[in-house]
Amino acid sequence: MHPDFDIIIIGAGPAGMSAAIEAAKHGASVCILDEQASGGGQIYRNVSNSKQDQVDILGKDYLAGRQYVDGLRHDRILHRAGVTVWKVDKAGTVVFSDAGRAEQIRGRHIILASGAMERAVPLPGWTLPGVLTAGAAQILMKSGSIVTRDAVLVGSGPLLYLVATQLLAAGAAPKALVETQTRRDLIAALPHLAKALRDWKQLFKGVRMIAALKWAGVPRFKAASDIAIEGEENAEAVRFRAGGKDHCIDTNIVLLHQGVVPNTQISRSLGLEHHYDHTQRCFHPVIDEFGQASHPMFSIAGDGAGIGGAKVAALSGRICALNALARIKKISGGERDKRVRRLETSKRTELSIRPFLDTLYPPPQSVLLPQDETIICRCEEVTAGDIRRYAKLGCKGPNQTKSFGRSGMGPCQGRFCGLTVTEILAAETGETQDAVGSYRIRAPLKPVTLAELAALAETNEKEAAE
Amino acid sequence: MAIIIIGGGVVGLSVAYGLLKQGKDVVVLDGADDDFRASRGNFGLVWVQGKGENAPHYAVWSRRSSELWTDFADDLLKETGVDVSFSKIGGVDYFIDEVELAERIKSLNSLRDALNDDYPFEVLDHDELKKRVPEIGSKVVGGVYSPMDGHVNPLSLLRALSIAVRNAGGTIMTGVRVVDTQAKDRDFSAVLADGTRIVGEGLVLAAGLGAVGLGKKLGFQVPIRPQQGQVLITEKLPFFLHYPSGTLRQVNEGGVQIGASKAEIGLDDVEDIATSAGLAQHAIDVFPHLGKAKLVRSWAALRIMSPDGLPIYQRSPKVLGAAFMTCHSGITLAAAHARLMPDWILERNTAPDVSQFSEGRFRV
Amino acid sequence: MFESFDKSDPGRTLSFTYAGKSISAKPGMSVAAALLTHGVTAFRGTPVSGAARGPFCMMGACYDCLVLIDGVTVQACLTPVHEGLVVERVPITSEDA
Ligand SMILES: Cc1cc2nc3c(=O)[nH]c(=O)nc-3n(C[C@H](O)[C@H](O)[C@H](O)COP(=O)(O)OP(=O)(O)OC[C@H]3O[C@@H](n4cnc5c(N)ncnc54)[C@H](O)[C@@H]3O)c2cc1C
Ligand SMILES: Cc1cc2nc3c(=O)[nH]c(=O)nc-3n(C[C@H](O)[C@H](O)[C@H](O)COP(=O)(O)OP(=O)(O)OC[C@H]3O[C@@H](n4cnc5c(N)ncnc54)[C@H](O)[C@@H]3O)c2cc1C
Ligand code: FES
Repeated sequence: MHPDFDIIIIGAGPAGMSAAIEAAKHGASVCILDEQASGGGQIYRNVSNSKQDQVDILGKDYLAGRQYVDGLRHDRILHRAGVTVWKVDKAGTVVFSDAGRAEQIRGRHIILASGAMERAVPLPGWTLPGVLTAGAAQILMKSGSIVTRDAVLVGSGPLLYLVATQLLAAGAAPKALVETQTRRDLIAALPHLAKALRDWKQLFKGVRMIAALKWAGVPRFKAASDIAIEGEENAEAVRFRAGGKDHCIDTNIVLLHQGVVPNTQISRSLGLEHHYDHTQRCFHPVIDEFGQASHPMFSIAGDGAGIGGAKVAALSGRICALNALARIKKISGGERDKRVRRLETSKRTELSIRPFLDTLYPPPQSVLLPQDETIICRCEEVTAGDIRRYAKLGCKGPNQTKSFGRSGMGPCQGRFCGLTVTEILAAETGETQDAVGSYRIRAPLKPVTLAELAALAETNEKEAAE
Repeated sequence: MAIIIIGGGVVGLSVAYGLLKQGKDVVVLDGADDDFRASRGNFGLVWVQGKGENAPHYAVWSRRSSELWTDFADDLLKETGVDVSFSKIGGVDYFIDEVELAERIKSLNSLRDALNDDYPFEVLDHDELKKRVPEIGSKVVGGVYSPMDGHVNPLSLLRALSIAVRNAGGTIMTGVRVVDTQAKDRDFSAVLADGTRIVGEGLVLAAGLGAVGLGKKLGFQVPIRPQQGQVLITEKLPFFLHYPSGTLRQVNEGGVQIGASKAEIGLDDVEDIATSAGLAQHAIDVFPHLGKAKLVRSWAALRIMSPDGLPIYQRSPKVLGAAFMTCHSGITLAAAHARLMPDWILERNTAPDVSQFSEGRFRV
Repeated sequence: MFESFDKSDPGRTLSFTYAGKSISAKPGMSVAAALLTHGVTAFRGTPVSGAARGPFCMMGACYDCLVLIDGVTVQACLTPVHEGLVVERVPITSEDA
């Protein structure tokens, strides 16, 4: 199979879209693939179709995404929307499903820009219907014009406040915010404040959001602990401790959030190198200053390479595009270096707030290392205690606990339990997270029907016959 | 002193479990999380039909193990609380090619002759098969049923064995790599990567593909090679498939397993589209309704193959008290390994005669 | 409670069925979003314990929103509604199937 495109980009968020635009500008043919019905990624989801009342609620930052989506309309860019990538190989082949039909394309270089997902928040009761992520509530606003009324938001991080204020703007003030960050986190974060002030606009936005919640009288409980969601067939209440007292708030909707972590399914499936980031408490794929991953075929852009937010994602997308262009000899190495240097400076400024935020809003120990009875693998209903028991039976890594107890074998392919299993095993064995490692990810990255897979046998055979 | 067992896959653990039952102490040394482990990637059949086409002794050995399996599984349940989901309702192999079916029948007939008719199986045409398995598609020309076959959950088996060995007082060290062995008058030591020495009074090399490096020094030929096998598994489906087959079975948790391919590509355990597409097509040919089932995962694992595909059981001609065991049907043979092989390892005269499985057969 | 704030074209709605019940929705919505606005939060029982589950991530990552359409299990959060769509619960036992 000869290459169909110079560059294939997986993910049409700010990272993927700006990579596509940059690459096309320099004469490369680009195919950009995304599961969503339109370009935008998580932050700019559905932005090109958004109605005025959505824009009013979601704010100016959201609308900024339109420039990228518009930029995809280019002769050399093919945007395949609504397609799910489920296998990538080292020869540059990308296999994806479009409305139940599988297709394979080949690129000379691949940019992975599959973004982030919200960190799992394994608490007692988190699998109950009516418990969603804060991001899910935001997605409902962005693509369904739907608000969650009387929700209780639980967790910590900027996105928690963003979603709360967006709900507020939509006239659906949350019932309460149950926040886990503590005074100690604040003290730990203070040394990073001076650097964060370089991005004072961003900081100011945060302060304004918190003020708005206060102004609206939304109760905030800080340093909450012992959080549990109660209910039989649906969430009914959130119980927790804060300020030395036990609390219980009745609600049918609980929105969880503990920050976002890179979605590394594709980079893991390729066996690319990863390392554990102790500040962000998650694995990052190893990349160099050009976004180049440990195999020459792949660059990684955006939150999928480490959490930096939308602006950093867009900059890193352009950097990866330049790297790809140099790799396929569309531009010289010198030109790449020159252009990347400029982008790198802006990227550093945009990143200056991260250490402050990451330290101020860490996932609490109770989320990283849940109590024994808590389900950690939602698909196979495996508990934290099960993992600890397997560790006592000698399982030193996630692939062993997986074969002992099925955690990570369900349809989500370990997306939601992977990091938790690694953390628990690291704590149980006294090893580092890097030494413990992570699940071996394999195709299909997302389930496909057997009929769809079998149809590829025919195309393969036909090709061989030619 | 304990007997050192290098390798904590299904072969090493079955033997360790058996030795403990004989009152022996064992220490099992097992490798890293991402080692090649056939015991973690196999198809879970306790299978007899068709095995040992030109080697009736292998057919007999497989069947002997299969007969020990019910009891073996019961013991594991009693001792560990783990139900390994062993079922021996017989197996059906499905054929969509008349020629292949005819070849299978011929081979089974010759085995039956060689074994004095003590080799039960039934050939079923499409209509007869449809009565037993109504879901088969029109492409299925027929099948062979044999009551000798069964299946098990191989991952539960691995966990059960690991618990059973510990419960019986055995030691399992995981995450360790044996880099060298030393032996002197039945005093053995295994040297680990970090320099630790594990001492013992005997040594069993059951390290799967890892045996190649260690075996030569102990005087074994170790004529084994990796053979890749790919397997697919679907989402959990309502239970429909009673009989396992060599290529399709519904596991106790509900997923349908489809497999396994064979490829001679060295130490490569990466799954590929062409192979998995072929497996998917096979599943749909046999059970058309599976076309709508979602594939959740595919994987590739490495079989440990000897030149003739049969097990190797060899005592070291050079080092007294050292034994080497490997096979490409470690699930089927787990019961025999646990129940019968300890006597062979302990060099007792009650040991089964496994001389036909020695390395001598490969000498030219 | 999940509520629509979409005031545009109140007339433009379509309908589909879920487990035999008729559900109205706006074009462009996902099946999951439509069901949530109708107070349906539990879409299925798990094949492991039968526990009730519904949408969690809304972005195609968690697979808790699975429903059956045309005999295939699909993620309700990634499936747009259309007129006449027939959505069923995913069978977990052979009696359901
Ligand atoms: C639910 C959620 C909501 C967020 N909301 C905000 C917000 O409001 N404001 C903010 O500043 N930050 C938000 N973030 C943080 C966000 O990660 C970054 O701001 C930014 O969107 C990162 O850009 P990106 O291009 O790296 O990735 P993303 O924007 O995440 O884009 C990745 C894209 O890849 C696609 N994709 C992934 N895997 C596949 C596959 N296998 N096949 C096909 N397509 C695939 C996804 O559909 C997605 O569109 C949110 C994060 C999440 C998870
Ligand atoms: C795709 C496939 C399908 C199969 N289907 C079936 C089936 O249906 N029925 C059946 O009966 N059989 C089947 N098999 C075969 C069966 O899986 C194997 O026979 C069996 O698992 C072999 O077990 P083992 O313990 O010898 O090897 P392994 O499982 O590979 O274990 C070897 C162990 O040794 C350890 N090790 C290696 N080197 C060292 C070292 N230097 N130091 C310490 N530890 C070391 C490793 O960590 C590993 O755990 C199948 C195999 C494959 C690949
Ligand atoms: S709600 Fe998570 S996949 Fe649909």
